[in-house]
Amino acid sequence: MGWPLAVSAALMDKNRNSLLKALIALAAGHLLAMAAILFPFTALLFLVEWQREIQIGAACLVIGLGVYLLFNRRHPRFLARVPPSRLALWSFLAAMAHGAGLMLVPIYLGICQTIETNSGHAAASDLMTGHAQIAVAVALAHTLAMTVSGGSLAFGVYHWLGLRFLSKSWFNLDLVWALSLILVGLISLLFVH
Amino acid sequence: MNLRPDPTFHATPKLAMEAPPETLAFTLMLSPDGSEPDGLAVVDVDPNSKTYSQIVHKLIMPNKGDEFHHFGWNACSSALSPLTGHAFLERRYLIVPGIRSSRIYVIDVKEPLKAKIHKIIEPEEVFAKTGYSRPHTIHCGPEGIYVSTLGGGGADGTDGPPGIFIMDCETFDILGRYEMDRGEQDKHYDFWWNLPRDYMVSSEWGLPPQFENGIVAEDLLSNKYGHKIHFWNLRERRNVQTIDLGENHQMALEIRPAHDPSKDYGFCGVVVDTTNLQGAIFTWWQKDDGTFEAKKTITIDPRPEKAENLPPLLQGFEAVPPLVTDIDLSLDDKYLYVACWGQGEMHQYDVSDPMNPKLTGKVELGGIARGAKHPNGKGFAYGPQMVEISRDGKRVYWTNSLYSTWDDQFYPDDAGGQMVMANVGENGGLELDKDFYVEFPKGYRSHQIRLEGGDCSTDSFCYPSV
Repeated sequence: MGWPLAVSAALMDKNRNSLLKALIALAAGHLLAMAAILFPFTALLFLVEWQREIQIGAACLVIGLGVYLLFNRRHPRFLARVPPSRLALWSFLAAMAHGAGLMLVPIYLGICQTIETNSGHAAASDLMTGHAQIAVAVALAHTLAMTVSGGSLAFGVYHWLGLRFLSKSWFNLDLVWALSLILVGLISLLFVH
Repeated sequence: MNLRPDPTFHATPKLAMEAPPETLAFTLMLSPDGSEPDGLAVVDVDPNSKTYSQIVHKLIMPNKGDEFHHFGWNACSSALSPLTGHAFLERRYLIVPGIRSSRIYVIDVKEPLKAKIHKIIEPEEVFAKTGYSRPHTIHCGPEGIYVSTLGGGGADGTDGPPGIFIMDCETFDILGRYEMDRGEQDKHYDFWWNLPRDYMVSSEWGLPPQFENGIVAEDLLSNKYGHKIHFWNLRERRNVQTIDLGENHQMALEIRPAHDPSKDYGFCGVVVDTTNLQGAIFTWWQKDDGTFEAKKTITIDPRPEKAENLPPLLQGFEAVPPLVTDIDLSLDDKYLYVACWGQGEMHQYDVSDPMNPKLTGKVELGGIARGAKHPNGKGFAYGPQMVEISRDGKRVYWTNSLYSTWDDQFYPDDAGGQMVMANVGENGGLELDKDFYVEFPKGYRSHQIRLEGGDCSTDSFCYPSV
């Protein structure tokens, strides 16, 4: 998400390092957005006996956002108010608006549950630490995947493909994204037991 | 909403120049006395077409007295901005404001030959939601459609300063005022921006009582028209600097930033210098510390003329001022075209070095006490005015009317509307095309031109040309 910003930064500054700097800022903002969503759920997991309800709630939230984005296909205008120099903030807000962090919640809760079943009845504090570590790992993995894919696109466009690729390759994925949120929510509902 | 970006959106000015040439132009038709409704003419500009240089469709409005002036698109290349994510809009609607009525028409030109009215925003809604009146320049940008106005509230538009308001680019609802801190800005005319650098520049004409019933000579001679340009932090909506060009530089009108956003300069045309009747172009630029500066880089001298040949307004001066009423910059930022509406000339300057423009071409057509004929032998009312350049920079189109009441003061004996085109030489130079000459229907004058798929005064680009 946001890789064209990295291309634009490098072209404006006539400097390839600006591309890297922009990618780092975008990744930082994205990571922060993941953390802001995942950690509250880590805290919630303390309520071990409510785990099933939390999972169902999270799945419903994701489905709800998907349905909302499905019908409200207008782009969040507030993103246009962010100055081009505040890339990390932009990335944070964009991830929030699209529910990128929320999409990870059912997956994250699923992983936590699998590990828990295997480890039997560990102490609550150990569980918390474990959950937090998983949250960090999930957020990092997601951010890394996004940065590597976006970064390769940005480098490709900057060095070889040229800006014509930008308008040729840009697809409207709003619908696909909304549907995938709903799908993730439904799958996690199915696996709640 | 499209699945892919509109093919007329281009990431850079260079890509826009390489796009297919225009085949149609949209030109505003205005009824100067309000006896007929204004309209939109669709003009065939495809030289291979049988109807080349003809009006192939007219859309006449349901109201009278709108006075069409400038207009623009609902969406342009600025939609490819990496920040805003509006890439899937369609360039489909023309937003046409009436500067006398304050009514705004949204016209669907998806099928240009069946252009139809999509929505009408009544003046009362504009007044109620913005406190502004007399909408003028349209630009599509980060937050939607930006509309500059010439008047504030009240019957004569002087209750509060004029400014800019924003419209939603999909529903065309008026969202409200743009400004959060306007500083000393109290008049308005044109505006444009540099999107990645996040600044906007605006200019000043005069308040409605200074233009609606004709130019007020006393106000002009006492330097009461606008003479300042304002620089804004675009996204903070804040006036960060005002540059006074000097009170003798009356009517700072068109703002033309370099199209390539990596360039940090632009131009502004000044209609008349009251100390010597010269027309002038200022180059403005952003300095390393982020502040701005402006310097006069082009002057055009008046031409002496016997009083008996002049309209009453100019007899005391015994000269024809150039009256720089419109300027336009080619997409490669190389040529600046300057309309000298008073003298009847279109100038072409090489502005590759923006601080040292060089005159490279000139066409004479119409003009006060001159009335230069078109190469096809026909006349040209008034002088060259609204100018538009093809994306590839090879053709320059223009029309002839400035503003209903002003036309009559400077050219009391002229009438009619024409649109012409000049070809640009390989190494500069400008020559009128004798085969392109559009005569507008009787009773109508012609104003701004928009080219199908975007032109040199609509599209804002978010990436530098490479």
